[in-house]
Amino acid sequence: MKKRLLTMTAIAALCAGAATAEEVRVYNWSDYIDEELLTKFEAETGIKLIYDVFDSNEVLETKMLAGSSGYDVVVPTGTFLQRQITAGAFQKLDKTKLSNMGNMWDVVEKRTAKYDPDNAYSINYMWGTTGIGVNVGKVKEVLGEDAPIDSWDLVFKPENMEKLASCGVFFLDAPAEMIPAALKYIGEDPDSHDPDVIAKAEPIYMAIRPYIQKFNSSEYINALANGDICVAVGWSGDILQSRDRAAEADNGVEIAYNAPKEGAQMWFDQMAIPVDAPNPDAAHKFLNFIMDAQNMAAASNYVYYANGNKASQEFLVEDVIGDPAIYPSAAALDNLFTTTPYNAKVQRVVTRMWTKIKSGT
Amino acid sequence: MRRLFLISVPYLWLLALFVVPFLIVLKISLSDTALAIPPYMPTLGFSEGWAGIKQFFADLDFENFVFLTEDDLYWKAYLSSLQIAAISTLLTLLVGYPVAYGMAMAPDEWRPTLMMLVILPFWTSFLIRVYSWIGILSQEGFLNQFLLWTGLISEPLMILNTKIAVYIGIIYTYLPFMILPIYAALEKLDGSLLEAAEDLGCSRLSAFWLVTIPLSKSGIIAGSFLVFIPALGEFVIPSLLGGSGTLMIGKVLWEEFFSNRDWPVASAVAVVLLLILIIPIILFQRNEQKEREKDQ
Repeated sequence: MKKRLLTMTAIAALCAGAATAEEVRVYNWSDYIDEELLTKFEAETGIKLIYDVFDSNEVLETKMLAGSSGYDVVVPTGTFLQRQITAGAFQKLDKTKLSNMGNMWDVVEKRTAKYDPDNAYSINYMWGTTGIGVNVGKVKEVLGEDAPIDSWDLVFKPENMEKLASCGVFFLDAPAEMIPAALKYIGEDPDSHDPDVIAKAEPIYMAIRPYIQKFNSSEYINALANGDICVAVGWSGDILQSRDRAAEADNGVEIAYNAPKEGAQMWFDQMAIPVDAPNPDAAHKFLNFIMDAQNMAAASNYVYYANGNKASQEFLVEDVIGDPAIYPSAAALDNLFTTTPYNAKVQRVVTRMWTKIKSGT
Repeated sequence: MRRLFLISVPYLWLLALFVVPFLIVLKISLSDTALAIPPYMPTLGFSEGWAGIKQFFADLDFENFVFLTEDDLYWKAYLSSLQIAAISTLLTLLVGYPVAYGMAMAPDEWRPTLMMLVILPFWTSFLIRVYSWIGILSQEGFLNQFLLWTGLISEPLMILNTKIAVYIGIIYTYLPFMILPIYAALEKLDGSLLEAAEDLGCSRLSAFWLVTIPLSKSGIIAGSFLVFIPALGEFVIPSLLGGSGTLMIGKVLWEEFFSNRDWPVASAVAVVLLLILIIPIILFQRNEQKEREKDQ
């Protein structure tokens, strides 16, 4: 009997231990935070932070739709968020636990409400544009001094691409962004869900396909910085990080980013809490920590993406807040477009077309 | 009783790790997609009792398999994977056989060391080893720098992101799986058979061809299966080393699963892949068994 009692107390102690050691599991994009913030969060709250990364919305979405991902905070992009909310993947935020909610920027909140009405399920983490990063030296060497580095002409005109192929071109492997870009280039509605309009993007890619070395959504940061490639169609902050890495390596590579003048896509990465999150309390604490003006500024200063936090702006370094590639002027903002999610049928058309573009089949 | 127990262990293993997962995949392949968690319908609910189970089976159909025949993407991807797997198996055999032969012929005291060297790469993660090939094969990589330095080439070669890089990756990764079974077969080879062949007038080459190769057949076959089967469904190597144009069924499966969120079609692709693999293997084994019986 005594022995049994001992076992029971041991079990009780174990259970209590599990309950007090609070932890939070965060699933974010790769290269997307200043890692010092992670240790700071642990020090301030005493919550153990487990941080994992992904490089495509598709991977995240599959985990969300499979259920019981085990994550407490995830960061889908607006269009994906909207679909996952419909599928019932997220829980409504308890705003009473988010005292820093007042720091958020209404200009961004108005736009994210398109995906998440009233911003009930998510807060904005970062936002940015999808555009073109170039190795300035190499591109000018190949195309001449007046190379159109601020225009989709650079990558959608076969004669330019034919020359650029020699120094290497990567595209994002993200059809939901690459197809709207091509549609915008030919003057169609980039947010069209009409399969006949979407089909018009195919010949544009087929004409330049032989000159594209790879479709990938994360390798271009290093490839561009090392000088392995000279052009990458990618996300603004990633290319600016690549610019930074090249500058640090001091290898003579100069990287520039442009949101093309014909119009570029603007996207929002939103932090949300899965409906089956094991530690929703800790998740709210993490969101509130991120929404702190100085923390958010530290993240932006590190990753070169704009954020949706008005109060953080006074702590941003000039390199970030003063760079129109990160915080575009009001006029440039008007030139950016947003898109909405495809339904399953249109998604299949888009994926099939993208496979055909990538593999020729 | 003891005998029954011994027999049941491998069967239980097969049931838990193959049959049950396969049935789950098969069931999903007969469902329809839905925007929900999990993203397919119908799901089996026992709460409605017998009627619910009956309804569940009534809702299943084969339309996803029909769909696979309607788009040429799928059979092209199967064929291309079969081709890549077959060529890499052959190349792995060409590289692996001499290595295994050399190991088997080496003095006894060297063998443990040589064996160790073959197994050594497994101590590093597979992913890291494939990643390091990116550093070797890229335009600014070691290989190109070396070739430029020797003056053999004047422009860097484009190897990374092509099919050649995929072959290199597969051969490198699966080489030990080819070497070990062949080595095991060759090690058992009775040297006096070769002496007898030479005594009877065979040249060394024809003795190798007529005696060594047939006696190591079991090793060659086992090694080829060990390379061919995983290479057919390979996803990591083509996605890291191959260009976007390398069409393989593993990638198509990934796309169905992740981009289209279409678990049922993805499962149908997987079921067909399994059939492609299993039917020839069963036929082959039956054939082997018949031959063995004939010999006796």
